[in-house]
Amino acid sequence: MIGLQHYLVVSAMLFVLSLAGIVVNRRNLILLLMCIELMLLAVNFNFIAFSRYLGDETGQVFVFFILTVAAAEAAIGLAILVVLFRNRRSIAVQELNTLKG
Amino acid sequence: MLFHSILFYVFAAIMFGAALGVVFSRNPVHAVMFLVLTFFNAAVLWLMAEAEFLAIVLVLVYVGAVMVLFLFVVMMLDVDVEAAQRGLTRFAPLGIGIALIMVVELIQVIWLRSQISQTSSGFAATPEGYSNTKALGSVLYTEHVYAFEIAAVILLLAIVAAITLTMRKRPGLKVQDISAQVAVRAKDRVRIVKMDAEKKS
Repeated sequence: MIGLQHYLVVSAMLFVLSLAGIVVNRRNLILLLMCIELMLLAVNFNFIAFSRYLGDETGQVFVFFILTVAAAEAAIGLAILVVLFRNRRSIAVQELNTLKG
Repeated sequence: MLFHSILFYVFAAIMFGAALGVVFSRNPVHAVMFLVLTFFNAAVLWLMAEAEFLAIVLVLVYVGAVMVLFLFVVMMLDVDVEAAQRGLTRFAPLGIGIALIMVVELIQVIWLRSQISQTSSGFAATPEGYSNTKALGSVLYTEHVYAFEIAAVILLLAIVAAITLTMRKRPGLKVQDISAQVAVRAKDRVRIVKMDAEKKS
């Protein structure tokens, strides 16, 4: 019987994997953005599982807004990425040290 | 119910494998494709949790729009893949260490607590004639209507920010300068010269 804890375990696995991905892929900004999308997906899994478990639609409304904000974040992040690549010809995170004091 | 469980495990396994592909693939285009596969399988799992509207929205908005945006940017930027992957092994032990710590903590929270409470007995059945989309809409447009409007403003902000960031002035492009055209005076352009009339010889 598939219940709440199965969804929570799947979500936790996805979240941990994307966290490891952020640490591992520190040289590529595009992969970092994709790992953030995966993290948001894992969070949405939790909201949907608890919404179904408690029989309350507010959790799904919250997922709706998370999807909206994540879409906006992806658009602005990719725009910043394009401008960054145009100026520096590279998207490696280690080379972004201009603001270092 | 056994068939339901098997479906859940199959799609969850495919989703986890695709997420592994996103994190560890060498080519960014392959990573985007694996991410699309992850989102499709997540949508199936959401369907199985009876969140039908959000599953369709995930496929339409995420796979249809955001992932295509990622794909365009990945193909537009000429990223040196080999140089981007050089540091992969250096940070791998740190990443695996952090992941293992979080796995232990989350198992402690989810699995052990669920042995105490009654969360492993499956979801309660929805009432007859229940429509997920209808229920979601009736909550979204009444209780959460202000948040809905703020979400619209956030999307407008994203449009304006993305266009402002990526638009650039190209040198040598012939465009009209309207304010200069309006502000011009006749004496700047036309010079009236007084001179005698020409005489026939």
